[in-house]
Amino acid sequence: MTAELLHIVTNDDIPAARRALGRALIWGSAALLLGIAAAQALDRAGTLDLGFANWRPTLYAYVLWSVCLCWGQVLVRGEQGKRVLFVLPAVLFVLSLAILPLVFGLGIAFSDWNLSSPDGRQFNGLDNIRQMWGDPFYWNALGNMGWYLLAILPEYAIAFGLALILNSQIRARKFWRVAFLLPLMLSPVAVSWMIGKSMLENRFGPIARLMRWLGWDNPSFFESAWTARAMIMAMDAWTFIPFMMIMILAGLQAIPRDLQEAARVDGASGWRGFWEITFPLMLPVSVTAILIRVIFKLKLADIIITVTSGGPGGATDSVTSFIFREYRDRSNVGYGTMLAMTYLVAIVIGMTILMKLADRWTRPRP
Amino acid sequence: MTDASAARPIFRDHPSDLVHRARWWTGRTAIYGALVLWAIVCLFPIYWTITTSFKSAPDVMQGNLIPFVDFAPDWKGWRALGLSPDTIGSDSTPRAEFMRRFANSAIIAGSASVLAVVLGTLAAYGLSRFSYRFGFMRNGDISFFFLSQLILPPVVLALPFLVLYRELALFDTRIGLILLYMLTVLPIVVWIMRDQFAGIPAELEEAALVDGLGIWGAFLTIILPIALPGMVAAFILCLVLTWNEYFFAALLTSTYANTLPVMVASQTGSQGISWWSMAALSFAAILPLIVIGVVLERYIIRGMAAGAVK
Repeated sequence: MTAELLHIVTNDDIPAARRALGRALIWGSAALLLGIAAAQALDRAGTLDLGFANWRPTLYAYVLWSVCLCWGQVLVRGEQGKRVLFVLPAVLFVLSLAILPLVFGLGIAFSDWNLSSPDGRQFNGLDNIRQMWGDPFYWNALGNMGWYLLAILPEYAIAFGLALILNSQIRARKFWRVAFLLPLMLSPVAVSWMIGKSMLENRFGPIARLMRWLGWDNPSFFESAWTARAMIMAMDAWTFIPFMMIMILAGLQAIPRDLQEAARVDGASGWRGFWEITFPLMLPVSVTAILIRVIFKLKLADIIITVTSGGPGGATDSVTSFIFREYRDRSNVGYGTMLAMTYLVAIVIGMTILMKLADRWTRPRP
Repeated sequence: MTDASAARPIFRDHPSDLVHRARWWTGRTAIYGALVLWAIVCLFPIYWTITTSFKSAPDVMQGNLIPFVDFAPDWKGWRALGLSPDTIGSDSTPRAEFMRRFANSAIIAGSASVLAVVLGTLAAYGLSRFSYRFGFMRNGDISFFFLSQLILPPVVLALPFLVLYRELALFDTRIGLILLYMLTVLPIVVWIMRDQFAGIPAELEEAALVDGLGIWGAFLTIILPIALPGMVAAFILCLVLTWNEYFFAALLTSTYANTLPVMVASQTGSQGISWWSMAALSFAAILPLIVIGVVLERYIIRGMAAGAVK
């Protein structure tokens, strides 16, 4: 994945005046930003009364500074600056929308902040961690995430099977491909209504009817913990199997045909040919597909929020849906953020280990 | 002579070949059986939703499936939404509400996707062609910095954003959601476009530079048209993700900037669900994406396949 780099020799001779103008732009706008931010902070603290309603002026100054920073690069550094201009906007964007809120969130995580109470934010040290330690519902939600992650393996098996079928000699391949892709396009909220609320309705939903016909007397899908969890897994699988299927299909189509043909000529049956040729060759693609699926699975919330809202008794809660309800019911921002931050730390550690392992598995042994 | 040889084929299948053929037939049946079964699994919920929007209460209760045979279709669900042929001309509050949410969804998803594709394409191009050094960060680190945003679960950002947006008066505004959605889909654009640019030889720009174009000129006039299919793929993937997003929209909007998923979700909790109107609403919410999925299927597949195969 290393593309060839462009090597350009440029001889910039930038007049000193232009350089100075660029520097003045960058530092001037930075000073303006700092000034406005300071004025607003003082206003908020009550030492000055400038009558700001919100922090918008600081936001505008920040945007102005970002623009000046980008423009200043070109003024000061010429051609080199024009190259920086490709990446700088995106970097600034991500820094200000992901990293700054994260740092800000760390501050919130160690405080008691109920948005509906007038007291505002109060630093409370490690109280949130202590509360989290004794919160059985949070650990329960984390445990559920483990089960939800395990559900990826059957999803992967089904997706692989479908991809194999789509890759074989079949008629109307495009029709099947479009039909199999459609669930991915639907919004989880609509899916949770279409399937979770309507088709799984106890009395007259078509699936309940089918179950009754198959001999299950009183089908109820969301009353016992395990059926409810299984239904959530099934709905999530329904929307995301196409995603894995397409990645695996792309991988299958990249395998040279003659490898499989050679195996067939050598007398390998379809089953052995699959396990000894196709599957090992597909290992890198499979690992990529599963890793991306894990990332998306860790964000699972929409279906749970709209179908069961965590019930029965927290059996279907994912971490995200739990924190969502924690905020909705108690509007406790501080505690919720602490839970989310803990989750993030767990994810980063888990994903790092997983990626290291994946790297070891897929790399051909020396 | 002709009669006898025509009646008895010259080439006959050996019994062992007939076994082979039987196995071929069972294999075919199994494959098409699996295909049909999975197609039903995929399409039946959509079919159920469409038909339910035309059913009246007894038909829903009896679980009638086939229109005109089992039940007489009626515009019931669509009338409740103000979108049936007899109500489309008159004023209707549900329709106004629906159109407002629909417009919000379209504006937010569309502009977030366009902006993310612009920012992400520029970044991916820069990263694939020039070598950078921002402090300790080099190209690989910057790429990782972008892609690692994919791991960030939305819930971590949700509450800080809630507080920040209240302070910045961006709560319940379209711009607030657009910015956030750009952030969530940007890594995907960078992922797809990096792959795309890696496949375009750098000699193309070198030739353009020799001819006197600047780097931005070469990028805009030579490279961009070649990379356009990849950009379309990235755009559609972003559109799907942002159109369907519910979590942030539910937290960060209240009355003005609600999107369609929020509207759908807010109706499911109510007691005494009117099945037909919910079905109509759900179907109207998913219809644009079904159309996109059917028409632009190859772009979606192209986008998802990028990076799978290297």
